[in-house]
Amino acid sequence: MLTAHDLACVRGDRTLFSGIEFSLAPGEWLHVQGENGAGKTSLLRILASLSPPAAGEIRWHGRSIRELGADYRAQLIFLGHHGAVKEEFSPLENLLFAAHLDEVPLCRQEAQAALAAFGLRGREDLPVRFLSAGQKRRALLARLAVRRACLWILDEPFTALDVKAVAMLSALIERHLAQGGIVVLTSHQSMPLPKGKALSL
Amino acid sequence: MNALLSVIRRDLLLALRRKGDALTVLFFFVIVTSLFPLGIGPEANLLRKIAPGILWVAALLATMLGLGRLFAPDHADGTLEQMALSPSPFGLLVMGKIIAHWLTTGMPLVALAPFLGLLFDLPADALFLLTLTLLIGTPLLSLIGAIGAALTLGLRGGGVLLSLLVLPLYVPALIFGAGAVEAQIVGLDASGHLSLLAALLALAVFFAPWAATVALRIALE
Repeated sequence: MLTAHDLACVRGDRTLFSGIEFSLAPGEWLHVQGENGAGKTSLLRILASLSPPAAGEIRWHGRSIRELGADYRAQLIFLGHHGAVKEEFSPLENLLFAAHLDEVPLCRQEAQAALAAFGLRGREDLPVRFLSAGQKRRALLARLAVRRACLWILDEPFTALDVKAVAMLSALIERHLAQGGIVVLTSHQSMPLPKGKALSL
Repeated sequence: MNALLSVIRRDLLLALRRKGDALTVLFFFVIVTSLFPLGIGPEANLLRKIAPGILWVAALLATMLGLGRLFAPDHADGTLEQMALSPSPFGLLVMGKIIAHWLTTGMPLVALAPFLGLLFDLPADALFLLTLTLLIGTPLLSLIGAIGAALTLGLRGGGVLLSLLVLPLYVPALIFGAGAVEAQIVGLDASGHLSLLAALLALAVFFAPWAATVALRIALE
């Protein structure tokens, strides 16, 4: 259960948004909408506890995420614009390192299976700089398949993906929601998923 | 602990894939130090006298050269964000990055120092002491440098600001490091200098990763 109460974000002397309220129960997802520069990414970074809100509070199962600290971080996965994919490493190395950071045990076979599921079979050992933009995104999104996180915070997850990958990611999100997960995402596309809430900034 | 080791392993592997970065630092160290004997000429007494200072200053500048790449690439591609979000303490991961930085820049400098010392006609015991001071001193340089690198992360013209910020902080390390070798060359006891250098290192091991972590968190906001 993720609840936001009266959230505000200030950049410089400009208030990006204020008075944001929402509450997400297990199985629900939030579609954050807004124009470019409306503060979608800022909201997601606040939700991911990367930056503190100018006002308001976020609670995870009734407790403030500031108090929870590492316990909260262990339950969320945040995929931003850049994606933390190293160009010099192969998708497999990137995925294995991400798993180390997340402190989830992941063996080579599992990682290879996850990458194959994202259509990167045969490219696991190729440095990421030789991959296309869409393949890079796929290498990044493969983390969703291996990490057992309850809360997914995804910033524009559908950018640069082809039709097949979009369908695959939608299916993955749907399965996550069916298992009682919570998803917060920004996207300029409409999402045909059940139990969605929309938030316009 | 696992996450710490994995950060070190990853950064070492990354340095191996981008050999140019680490080699630039080494070549800089070698070239700067070997320019002095060439410029000053074969005056053995003078060379012996200035050797500790020159090797130390060169090591200092070489370390500086690598600092810009300590956090910047990870900041640019979002790895730093993921590290901050990891369930492992962020400070531990930052410590891993500092250790990897020392292993790729500091340690090679230490290994090269005795050979470069030969250019200055340093006697064997002075060479040994010089290497020892650099062995204690270069981790100190990496630790202090990490604070500066974290503070200037994401700033325009951060490179110049980094030197202005970090070089004054390097002064104590320079004084005690080069001082130890100079003391020994003129026949004094060097252990006082060494102890102070080691004390600085002990202090930095505790406080520098913490300070760098706080600065990185601010840069990430």
